[in-house]
Amino acid sequence: MAMRVLGVSAVVAVIGAVAFALFVVPADLNQGDAQRTMYIHVASAWLAYLSFGITALASIWWLVRRDPRADAVALAGAEVGVLFTAAAIWAGMMWGKPVWGTFWQWEDPRLSTTALLLALYVGYLLIRRLTDEPARRATRAAVVGIIAAIDIPVVHFSVIWWRGLHQPPTFGSPDTLLNPPAPGQFVAALLLMLGAFMVAWLWMMITRYRLARLEWDAEEAARRRALPVLAPPPVDTRAEPRAERMHEPMP
Amino acid sequence: MSTLATHVSVARAIAMKDLRAELRGRQAVTSTLFLAALTLLIFGFALGPDQARLATAAPGLLWLAVVLSGVLALGRIHHLETDDGAFELLALYPVPRSAIYLGKVLGGVAAMVALGALVLPLTVILYSLDPAGSLPGLVVVIVLGAVGFAAVGTLYAGLTIRLRAREVLLPLLLLPVVAPLLLAAVTATTGLIAGDPFGEVSAWLQLLIGYDLVMLLAGGLVYGLALEE
Repeated sequence: MAMRVLGVSAVVAVIGAVAFALFVVPADLNQGDAQRTMYIHVASAWLAYLSFGITALASIWWLVRRDPRADAVALAGAEVGVLFTAAAIWAGMMWGKPVWGTFWQWEDPRLSTTALLLALYVGYLLIRRLTDEPARRATRAAVVGIIAAIDIPVVHFSVIWWRGLHQPPTFGSPDTLLNPPAPGQFVAALLLMLGAFMVAWLWMMITRYRLARLEWDAEEAARRRALPVLAPPPVDTRAEPRAERMHEPMP
Repeated sequence: MSTLATHVSVARAIAMKDLRAELRGRQAVTSTLFLAALTLLIFGFALGPDQARLATAAPGLLWLAVVLSGVLALGRIHHLETDDGAFELLALYPVPRSAIYLGKVLGGVAAMVALGALVLPLTVILYSLDPAGSLPGLVVVIVLGAVGFAAVGTLYAGLTIRLRAREVLLPLLLLPVVAPLLLAAVTATTGLIAGDPFGEVSAWLQLLIGYDLVMLLAGGLVYGLALEE
């Protein structure tokens, strides 16, 4: 019931924020209507970083405690994060075509950084998909999740460095920053969009987390049913996930 | 024996084993050397006969050749361990996991440096570069690049060793992670060949050193997990 309320309010909030950004806030002086995509772009990018941060923390949590809940959180963060990263890149390209004249601008460090971010976490999801046994999958994924998190700041700074000391183009050109036509409303629209996306993000995270827990339990149950028949005893003990061994009482 | 001495002797033993296996079987690195050379040749066809354009692109092509064949070399070095359950035996040795990691990294660094030692003169010849006084600097860049690449590559090769799709998955995981390394190595190489006009090469070398240290540390901490499972 609570989840249904959360889901419905996410839909209502996103519709409301989009309507506000489309109809209430005036168009940007220089960029026109194209500037409105930036509300989606910026909100998505922030939530993507939040999701990947959660994945990194949950990965450490899994490696330390071997808690299946940690793996479910890490998976939810990575999957939702990939979604929001893709949304941020898509919105950025839609904005770039009318404003910069190209979909892709190598001068902008953030664009290439975000594309690498997407590649890092698509790899994370792939290694998950290719491992069948839940505990092994969680460990492999956790290693990838931690290395990716270490790599993000290095990628970010090296790409900014690479582009020299250019100030990366942010939303709004220098003119609009100096003479903002309606700064309050722009900020309000961005915050509203961020708030609405956050409600939706929360719903996605919880739903994906619950699904991951159910998947884990189903896989464990299926494996336990299959193991005594399929596997000879030595393989049986070796394939036993660490998570379970650790919960056994010490003799 | 102190832990440091254990680390050194274990790492050396594993690296020597990999080297010996390579010298006798020539299975992992030797074939990728030819691939690296071929890649350089093919880049020439892909970019056309414009000599000036090739010279401009040369530092990037050099590193792409090293990275693309390096992924295969590091994958092969680990792949050989799956024969006769050698990887499981390695995991059973009562030595620190980080020492095993260090040994595998050393083997990987040797392979990467061998690749660099072949690719650098080939690039100079094929793309008519004039490295002249920048040679010592280029050697430093190649060694630093080799260490960082082997540090991440060894970890991911160990992680994917039991996967069916490891040949595809290893580059998919590795390439985005080494992107900053590639960036730093290519920029430093370009700067060195041009005579460091902007005085930026030392900053990129520092980035390479920092990357190497961070990835070696992270790899040493988590590589054991790849062995344990």
